[in-house]
Amino acid sequence: MRLFICLFVLFFAVGGRAVAEELTEHGEEFNATEMIMHHIGDSHEWHIISFNAGAENEFSVTMPLPVILWHNNGLHVFMSSKFHNEKIIALGDDYAVLEHGHIYITDASGTLVHDENGAVTNASPLDFSITRNVASMLLGFAILLLLFGTAANGYAKRGGLSVPKGIQLLVEPAVLFIRDDIVREQIHSKRKADFFMPYLLTLFFFILINNLIGLVPFFPGASNLSGNISFTLTLAVISFLTINIFASKNYWKHTFLAPGIPLPIKIFIVPVEIIGLFTKPFALMLRLFANITAGHIIILSLTSIVFVLGTVAASPLTIILSLMMYCLEFLVAFLQAYIFTLLTTLFIGIAVNDAH
Amino acid sequence: MSTALGLGVIILGLGLGIGLIGKGAMEAMGRQPEMSSKIQTAMIIAAALIEGAALFAIVVSWLIS
Repeated sequence: MRLFICLFVLFFAVGGRAVAEELTEHGEEFNATEMIMHHIGDSHEWHIISFNAGAENEFSVTMPLPVILWHNNGLHVFMSSKFHNEKIIALGDDYAVLEHGHIYITDASGTLVHDENGAVTNASPLDFSITRNVASMLLGFAILLLLFGTAANGYAKRGGLSVPKGIQLLVEPAVLFIRDDIVREQIHSKRKADFFMPYLLTLFFFILINNLIGLVPFFPGASNLSGNISFTLTLAVISFLTINIFASKNYWKHTFLAPGIPLPIKIFIVPVEIIGLFTKPFALMLRLFANITAGHIIILSLTSIVFVLGTVAASPLTIILSLMMYCLEFLVAFLQAYIFTLLTTLFIGIAVNDAH
Repeated sequence: MSTALGLGVIILGLGLGIGLIGKGAMEAMGRQPEMSSKIQTAMIIAAALIEGAALFAIVVSWLIS
């Protein structure tokens, strides 16, 4: 426990330092909103640490990530460090520049056209790059494969009913909790419950591992993957399809015909039911996105207190508040994974359970 | 300004709603401790649904500002 606390404080100190150094990069005026938006957004390179930030001999360590573009029926693959060496990169007949983490198509001189609101109006190529978020997701895959691969090997070697050992002790209670307290509780038929188990387990552990990676304040963490709306949208769409593809006849009858309800009320109930089909996954998407993004924004805002006030004297306040927020976010990381899984299971249960 | 005001009202309703659920759940658990796990699940589901409604309101208040 003491070791854990020491590590935690060390993690925080290193993470805070990395942020601090990056902040002064932009020079005199510190803009908290810009810094926060930069950190919760996606980028084409993975920034690790900067030395002598803001000074003449500034030196930052970043991990370049592959950029994959599809433009004019041609595939262009190069490392993002190429944008540092040459600002304008030729893509066949056109040219591409990187502006605020976004790639635009330009002419040979790299001109960007802005509209009256300051937004860039240049066209963008189709961007399939391995960005920081994608790289962090791949890391999550690797951790999950290692964790569950090791556990599965243990069961293969010692038999399914043996006493669990090592990693199995970590995995087995979590899997059993999801099976007995979530899935079998909500989906009454045991056969159907076991049919949906693989998807729901994947959902839970995938969201959990990405939430936790997002909480590690230094490389290779700190990405805001589960607070990315595209990520949560994808998970919500998969849940939406799972719910509706496996729904029973009875469920559709109750959705579209609402038997046993007087006609005047039926006119109102049926549209509400149909809208409800879409609002359920929509709420799933927003809940995960809003909770994780809000957590990141709060921690970054607390860190910026020091820089807004411009004095080291504010750091004890920042450290204590951030430490408390980190504990809360640690809870939220588990809670949101649990809620996403629980609600998906509940909706599947409503759709597949037999009428009473 | 209007967004901030809207968010304040949303949080008011959300806090009241989830607070009442928490109150109800705790009273129920106090009366029937052996039902705790079931009450807890139901509590989280109800809280999540209220939160969902609040999130819709937050998104709308962002969009119209």
